Amino acid sequence: MDFIQYLFSGLTVGAIYALVALGYNIIYNVTEIINFAQGEFVMLGGLLAVFYREVLHFPLAFAFLASVVTVGFVGYFFERFVIRYAREQAVLSLIIITIAFSIVLKGSAMLFWGKDPYTLEPFTQGEPWIIFGAALQRQSLWVFLTGTAIVVGLSLFFSRSYYGKAMCACADNPVAARMVGIPVRKMIMLSFVLSAAIGAAGGVAITPLSLMEYDRGALLGLKGFGAAVLGGLGHFWGALVAGLFLGIAESMCAGYLSSGYKDAVALVALLLVLFVRPQGFFGNAEVGSIKRF
Amino acid sequence: MRKKDRIVFLFFSLFVGLFPLVVASIKAVSHYIDVMIFAGIFSLVSIGLCLLMGYAGQISLAQAAFMGIGAYCSGILTTHYGWPSSLALMVGLVVTGVVAYGVGVPSLKLKGHYLAMATLGFGMIVHIVLNEEVELTGGPSGLVGISGLGIGNFQISSPFAWYYLVWGCVATVMLFSLNLVRSRIGRAFLAIHADERAAQAMGVDVSNYKVKVFVLSALLASFAGSLYAHYVEFLNPGSFGLMWSIKFVLMVMVGGIQNLWGAVIGTVFLTFLSNEWLHFLADFEVLIYGLILLVIAMFIPQGLVTVVATKLLKKGLRDGA
Amino acid sequence: MARKLLRLESVSRKFGGLDALRNVTYAVPEGVIQAIIGPNGAGKTTLFNCVSGVFPPTSGSIYFDGVRIDGLPSHKIAALGVSRTFQNVALFKNMSVLENVMLGRHRQSRAGFLACGFRLPSMKREEQEIIRRAREYLDFVGLVDEENKPAGSLPLGKQKILEIARALATEPRLLLLDEPAGGLNTAETEQLGDLIRRIKKTLGVTVLLVEHDMNLVMECSDLVVVLHFGTVLASGTPSEVKNNEKVIEVYLGSAAN
Repeated sequence: MDFIQYLFSGLTVGAIYALVALGYNIIYNVTEIINFAQGEFVMLGGLLAVFYREVLHFPLAFAFLASVVTVGFVGYFFERFVIRYAREQAVLSLIIITIAFSIVLKGSAMLFWGKDPYTLEPFTQGEPWIIFGAALQRQSLWVFLTGTAIVVGLSLFFSRSYYGKAMCACADNPVAARMVGIPVRKMIMLSFVLSAAIGAAGGVAITPLSLMEYDRGALLGLKGFGAAVLGGLGHFWGALVAGLFLGIAESMCAGYLSSGYKDAVALVALLLVLFVRPQGFFGNAEVGSIKRF
Repeated sequence: MRKKDRIVFLFFSLFVGLFPLVVASIKAVSHYIDVMIFAGIFSLVSIGLCLLMGYAGQISLAQAAFMGIGAYCSGILTTHYGWPSSLALMVGLVVTGVVAYGVGVPSLKLKGHYLAMATLGFGMIVHIVLNEEVELTGGPSGLVGISGLGIGNFQISSPFAWYYLVWGCVATVMLFSLNLVRSRIGRAFLAIHADERAAQAMGVDVSNYKVKVFVLSALLASFAGSLYAHYVEFLNPGSFGLMWSIKFVLMVMVGGIQNLWGAVIGTVFLTFLSNEWLHFLADFEVLIYGLILLVIAMFIPQGLVTVVATKLLKKGLRDGA
Repeated sequence: MARKLLRLESVSRKFGGLDALRNVTYAVPEGVIQAIIGPNGAGKTTLFNCVSGVFPPTSGSIYFDGVRIDGLPSHKIAALGVSRTFQNVALFKNMSVLENVMLGRHRQSRAGFLACGFRLPSMKREEQEIIRRAREYLDFVGLVDEENKPAGSLPLGKQKILEIARALATEPRLLLLDEPAGGLNTAETEQLGDLIRRIKKTLGVTVLLVEHDMNLVMECSDLVVVLHFGTVLASGTPSEVKNNEKVIEVYLGSAAN
């Protein structure tokens, strides 16, 4: 059953795209900045987990955690020493700054790990399950569960908790948010740490399945952005649905049409959405037109 | 042209004209002519990007892709179909122009981040196509045996001929661009950069100008790509990937985003940096580029060249007085 | 009364659930200075934005000199002869004072990419003409001595005047001024009133003016229309409006408290 097989692999990568898209959404919701370095957090997460596991011989769960924390710290560093000084600059400079930071991360990763791809052992050992004649890797389920858990958790966090609501207020109107006593700076910081950590979690989860190398970040980032836009920038559920959709479309293309062009699927989808309906399928045009950028 | 530009242009012509004569006589640096030919080719791209990004305020992360379209048109038409190089170059321009127009019209309706992402996505798609259409492009292993540049029996073969051809083109494009930015069209670009709403209310057809400057910059990139193809006589998709598009942004930023001379100086500087001075640090190249771009974008948005030039000018005035 | 230059027919504009303009029907005769007043949020700037094409009205139609203009992009409306200034001064700060006004001549000049890039004689002649005319407008508003300064370096009062010069350079028949006196001191406001009257008298331009400064409004406008929650509350000459009971109640009355 090829179709089911493609569906499984599509859902797996789709969950990763959803996680990357979430990363964009969190920062966007708090600052209205699009962080072009988002994909590099994923790459860094995967490679750091390999480092903690293979070089420092941490138990796998610790390696996972350590990697997420480290990348979260990179997000902190990025906000504290780069974004904080650049936030008031024009959009053009902001874009270039986040691109520059992504190149710095990529260049550093190349120095540490070289150009070879690395692998990581799966979270749980064992034969793949056979469902309707298609093999489902145990790791795929991990990826899917990690992704869904994070989406659900974040949606609740942003819609229910005090902190989540406060973070959203920062983007809508930072001055008003500050006046009602929300520590805007702290919220921005939190958003960068959170989105870096989430990207890293996705990176660790996917590495056992598809390996990881220093220059995977840009493409992952762009596809994730495709999911974020398709789902309507800032919408968590939209990101999840759109991410899974892109993943499935990509894997069907790889299966039935051409594996070489599978990477182009998400990109073409991104361009089409941007050209036809830039507010996405869950977004609102009127809200989009009053955003700062 | 303003008086200042005339003086700079004079110095520029002198320097560029004499450079190969001086360099050729010194054995250790005689290959600098080759580096300068590349720098000239890349300058054509960065002048276009400077018009687009510095003057009209629109970002593009697809310049390397447009360069690739021109280069591969030249490459494919001369190798597979035996076309004369000059004709292939023209076709490259037409194809790039049409593609850039098709991408530009919907893309340039988008603001800031979205525009950057759209051009980035387009650039990656072109890169994927170059890798996948193996029968035409040779795929990742490259396209070999591209003919040199020539018209009829007249072939451009010596490094000197190439050097003067390329830099002659740079000079022409530079003059054109300097004139353009000091005209009603240049003012329209600056107005769009500063405040689209106000520009439009004053009667500037904003989307039309955005598309036109986008196409212009793509045409310059395509032309540079064709020159590159005929000069190197070998192409591979790696030369037209995302990293190169970012390098072009960096070249413009080093020069000062709104400084056409700066774009050329920045391009020459970075070309020498990566081909000569940083060669032994090849593994650090990406990191160093990232750091330079980060520092310039954060702290010296007016660009290194502009800052240094202003300092020198002030010092000169003080010493003179 | 004179021919109607601008006509609004039941123009409405919604933002989400908010009605910024509700069924506004109104006409501006040619050759007058017409003020629009009303409390904050009455829809004055929204009306300007609909007329100048920043966004289209949600429903209704707008005619300029008999031509329907609602929904046209703003550069086309500008080409028909409508120019404007902005509430928060929208100068091109990356250009000099003179260049700002020269940009205003964009529609009156033709040179294309090739002519500009190669500096053809036709373009040079045109450029001289653009400079000459731009200086005329700077002279008209009294900024000719500042032409080489960066536009952003001027004090606010002069920036507002420069914005008017830039708008005039497009040779409009209708000029929309959005709170031109906002942030100006008394002396500057007086000069501004003088300038607005000269724009009408010397250049023959019809002026539509959104303004909070009641002295300026009463002194220099021929007609006043009062907007209140997106609808026309009253209109007439300044003294008629001043004595209109509804107006006193919702606007002047509340201001007096």
